[in-house]
Amino acid sequence: MSLLEVENVTLRFGGVVAVNKVSFSVEEGEVFALVGPNGAGKSTLFNLISRFYDPVEGDIRFQGKSILDRPSHEMARLGIARTFQNIELFEQATVLQNLLVGRHRHRQSRLWNEVLFTPFVRNEERRHREAVEKVIDFLDLQVYRDKYIAGLPYGVRKVVEMGRALAIEPKLLLLDEPASGLSVEETQDVAFWVEDIKKEMGVTVIMVEHDMHLVSAVSDRVLALADGKALALGTPHEVQNHPKVIEAYIGVADPAEKVVA
Amino acid sequence: MRTLFKTSYDTDINLFRDWSQARWYLALLIILVVLPFFLDIFWLGEMTNVLIWAIAGMGIMMLVGQTGQASLGHAAFLAVGCYANVLLQERLGLPFILSFPLCGLIAGLAGVLLAIPTTKLHGIYLAIGTLAISILMDDLIVVAAPLTNGVIGLMTPSITIFGISFDRYAELDRFYWLVLVITLLVVLAYRNILRSPLGRAFAAVRDSEVSAQAMGVNVARTKAVAFGISTAITGLAGALIGYFLTTFNNETFNIIISIQMLLMIVIGGLGTIHGAFFGAIVIALLPQAIAMGRDFIGNLTGGGSVAIPGLESALFGMILIVFILFEPMGIYGRWVKIRTYFELFPFARRDMFRRQRSYLKTERMR
Repeated sequence: MSLLEVENVTLRFGGVVAVNKVSFSVEEGEVFALVGPNGAGKSTLFNLISRFYDPVEGDIRFQGKSILDRPSHEMARLGIARTFQNIELFEQATVLQNLLVGRHRHRQSRLWNEVLFTPFVRNEERRHREAVEKVIDFLDLQVYRDKYIAGLPYGVRKVVEMGRALAIEPKLLLLDEPASGLSVEETQDVAFWVEDIKKEMGVTVIMVEHDMHLVSAVSDRVLALADGKALALGTPHEVQNHPKVIEAYIGVADPAEKVVA
Repeated sequence: MRTLFKTSYDTDINLFRDWSQARWYLALLIILVVLPFFLDIFWLGEMTNVLIWAIAGMGIMMLVGQTGQASLGHAAFLAVGCYANVLLQERLGLPFILSFPLCGLIAGLAGVLLAIPTTKLHGIYLAIGTLAISILMDDLIVVAAPLTNGVIGLMTPSITIFGISFDRYAELDRFYWLVLVITLLVVLAYRNILRSPLGRAFAAVRDSEVSAQAMGVNVARTKAVAFGISTAITGLAGALIGYFLTTFNNETFNIIISIQMLLMIVIGGLGTIHGAFFGAIVIALLPQAIAMGRDFIGNLTGGGSVAIPGLESALFGMILIVFILFEPMGIYGRWVKIRTYFELFPFARRDMFRRQRSYLKTERMR
């Protein structure tokens, strides 16, 4: 059984078909990349998987069960975490507090004991903190622990957002353009982290990314999309050389001219 | 300059950062406790008023400052708390010790009830929606005249707890101490919520609803809980205002009070408990300051006291404009800047608190 199965999913915004009968499945423990030109429907697919949008047809199954009857805030509890393309951090809070929000799905305490701050709540807080500290160590965020997001540079915010998603302790991690706007060195860091997330934490990753170097370095399989339709699915090498993909990016498919990526 | 070396996770969980911080608050507490021995009746009454408004301020702060939901209807919940407290005593014969927490509970439930239709609203729409509640409450009190005595209003009975009288006039010092204890309990509960998962969920909803949702926060329920806690605290403050004024009617908790409450926490500093207290000092003492200033000017010019209608509202508005222009973080923000200046002396820089432009947000979904 695949971890995530997307079956014949279609989403329309008015007359625009953002996602058109897309099917794919993601196996446990792999890094799966979604590529395609702007407006191909990659982020829309993410929003469908995290239940921000309802598909007009098709089904999305996580661990064999359809998630379409569940609200988006239950996705974290199921073990689906995500980041956002344009960074959606809690700006008026510190890095630590942001990561702790990621622990919300592990909240055991209730309103009454939180108001009294019983020893149980304190122990829970310590436990959450310990889990968050592991993420901080993993992503080397120690220096920024007590800094407010509002004052942090873009690159750090990207990492914090990834950390917040990891604090959920997800089974499936959706990374929406983790390397956009990052320097070459920072992108390399992301590559190593994605590698470690997969191997050490055993987390399955789906990633939307334009940087083909990063995609071919870390992903096991790639799905290319254009105009809401799936074009090609396979290893990074296969997809990059697929005539339809070349056509979507370059415009003409001339077999005499091989595109070197 | 002091550097705090954290050696345990508890440093970030505890109520106070370290002993030196705890000592300052202890000193403040001692001053507040012994205040009745040094103040005359008039100023002790004013101090009590400040504390009551600080509780009301914390009530609305929980919603506006912590959860980011605007409310122009909080005077309605002062009214709910105030009427509930008196009616529980008069009609059901409950003692203060029961009616007081119950009136908070009733105001809280009323808040949750209000939250159900309004949590889908944002920003200005939410403000208008809650504004309507404030207007409705005024009429509702008049309509429910058999219960509330309409425009004639009600009188608060004197407080007696286990045989000890806390009368607002006869034993003002005891009434002050009672209010002080309630204030401290509210502050403690407020702090506890802020340092637990719920407080972080509030901040998450305030800063980005989309990602709060992605983190597993049930946004609608969190907002409802915020409304409930906020209006419960406001209800408690309302009951105390009833005692402070001794008589009240439908006009006591009108829309101007709603607006004043919102302005109070903006002037004090949004999102902090300190802000609620600073704002309360301004709102409670401004009328006295104006009266004193008026007498002073009257004496200078040799004439009697000058009466300028609407002076209070005008000054209040002016103070608000000055704050929004020059100190959006309120009095507490200014306080933090001054404190930092001395803590870092002579290394403080002028632009240390300059706010950075925030980055683009994803288009809000739905």
